[in-house]
Amino acid sequence: MTDADSPIASAPVAPAPVAPAPVASAPVASYIPGSATANGANGANGAAEHRAPVTLTGGPPPGAATLRSVDLCAWFGDRLVLEDVNLLMPAGQVTALIGPSGCGKSTFIRMLNRMHELVPSASLAGEVLLDGADIYGAGVRAQEIRMRIGMVFQKPNPFPAMTIRENVLAGLKLARIKCSDKDTLVEQSLARAGLWREVKDRLHSPGGALSGGQQQRLCIARSLAVHPNVLLMDEPCSALDPTSTARIEETIGELRDDVTIVIVTHNMQQAHRVSDLCAFFLAAENQPGRVVEFGPTEKIFTEPDDPRTLQYVQGRFG
Amino acid sequence: MALCAVSALALAWLVFTRLTEGTGWLGFLLSAFAAFLVLLYIVTADRLGRLAATDRVMTVLVVTGAVILLVPLVLLNVYIFQKGLKALRLGFFLDDQRGITPVMASSAGGGAHAVVGTIQQVGLALLFSLPLGLGAAIFLNESRSRWRRPVRVFVDAMSGLPSVLAGLFVFAVLILPYASSIKIFSFNGLMASLALALIMLPTITRTVEVVLRLVPDGLREAGLALGSTRVRTTWSVVLPTARTGITTAVVLGVARAVGETAPLLFTAFGYDLMNANPTDGAQESLPLFVYRNIRKPDAAAVERGFAGALVLMLIVIGLFALARFIGRDRSKARTRKATRRPVRDATPVPEDAA
Repeated sequence: MTDADSPIASAPVAPAPVAPAPVASAPVASYIPGSATANGANGANGAAEHRAPVTLTGGPPPGAATLRSVDLCAWFGDRLVLEDVNLLMPAGQVTALIGPSGCGKSTFIRMLNRMHELVPSASLAGEVLLDGADIYGAGVRAQEIRMRIGMVFQKPNPFPAMTIRENVLAGLKLARIKCSDKDTLVEQSLARAGLWREVKDRLHSPGGALSGGQQQRLCIARSLAVHPNVLLMDEPCSALDPTSTARIEETIGELRDDVTIVIVTHNMQQAHRVSDLCAFFLAAENQPGRVVEFGPTEKIFTEPDDPRTLQYVQGRFG
Repeated sequence: MALCAVSALALAWLVFTRLTEGTGWLGFLLSAFAAFLVLLYIVTADRLGRLAATDRVMTVLVVTGAVILLVPLVLLNVYIFQKGLKALRLGFFLDDQRGITPVMASSAGGGAHAVVGTIQQVGLALLFSLPLGLGAAIFLNESRSRWRRPVRVFVDAMSGLPSVLAGLFVFAVLILPYASSIKIFSFNGLMASLALALIMLPTITRTVEVVLRLVPDGLREAGLALGSTRVRTTWSVVLPTARTGITTAVVLGVARAVGETAPLLFTAFGYDLMNANPTDGAQESLPLFVYRNIRKPDAAAVERGFAGALVLMLIVIGLFALARFIGRDRSKARTRKATRRPVRDATPVPEDAA
């Protein structure tokens, strides 16, 4: 607790020119694992979690969930873009999807929370099982599924007409979830996304006034506020600078116990750093995308079974 | 350049009036302008090269075009101001035309009844057309219906509707058949507002549709990804984001309707006295006031008509200025915040916690 309090107390005192200096001097790589930021963020989380967890009524069931795709195929119009994807994304683990552009990663991740069907010409076959129940089953409402399986997009998209606080609570308003203690929920969600200490004094300023990295973390907080079972991230860092990327990777590391994470990334180092499991997608020319290899991240990056995977992770193509 | 102009004038005078004995000021001006362009080109080409000369000549041409366009606009405004200010007293906003006879001065009496009528009719018209226009725009932009294309074509066609037809439609469909049996379907402000609503509807629909199209798709996806329905996303995300644009659309719609005379001719009908009840009896409005007064034979009435025109013009200019102001306000606020942002960002980096 004292560890947690010290950065909070010192942050407003520290003059602006002093604070960025260590960032400039310290290499980014050492900034990630055990640096002060990580400790501080953990401490802040600890502070928030000491309170009783906020109860939501009408929200998703608690805990992380297992997601599994069975023989999943996707079409845009007549064109088959993804064929026979069988992946098991276990509860509480981070699964990374890697592969060159146009191999169907984004299509796949959008199928996992039924965003795929919003594209007018899109269609699909196969099953996606969320804790064993098909999300495309008869009588299943897409809204219910999207509430349980949150999503963070490539481009940060906070709602510009809302304040930071309203942005965090937008999910409750939009999905009609009730919450007794909204202040605590806002604090917890922002803390889980690693943004609380940066914005706690300006919760009522507009979300669009934040920097790109902060906006993305605000979007993560917004997704987390409804307590989803799974969080999908579609290249969440591709529009961000290395420091913001490091903060988001840190956030992913802290979230993995509470929520299953599936992340699409073009950055192989990132996939290596954050994920437990890794799936390599590849599409040959004029062929639908397929999963070439799926397994523990260490194995994919060090001794994959398929030669194409090895070539890709070593940066020889793609 | 000034010397060029002077010598061009001299040359034109020499050629046009002396040598060829031409007459008429338009021909003189045109030939002087042509001579000016030629001289300007020759002089600049001699000193700065042909590229600079072409640039100069083109600049002069474009600026001339802009000035020619502005002249009638400015003249119109100055004319209305000159004519209108004579009869415009404070009393214009307080009195109606009760007891006004042709021998009285133009500053006697006023157009308060017309101002009240305009406010009521346009207000009611807005009340009718705003929900419909918003609904139509949302349908066009947010739904996936097959009927969007026909509806869009229809709205486009309606925006070209001659305004007299809107009044004629209300007259023929409501007033003519029902006026004798149902009291509300007679000449009154409500009928006028229905006709005005027909005029405003396409303007509001099209403006709102354009504004909704500007809302990024990412925001809709974000809303849906949080477990929201399409309707709720539209209501809670898309519309608030487009709020300023929708306000602009309303102002533009009002500005479009407030100056219409034709739809009121057979609906509000016009009336010389104050009638603050839009559901009963003929009502005046500013455009009608102008129309009816300027046709009168006495000079005082014509002056009153010009005063009404001046008030009307000021209202329209004010509304457009308001629309510009609302449309610009947000982006200004954002840039102000953006410049403040970096300082705040720097504070929370807690490197010193180690």
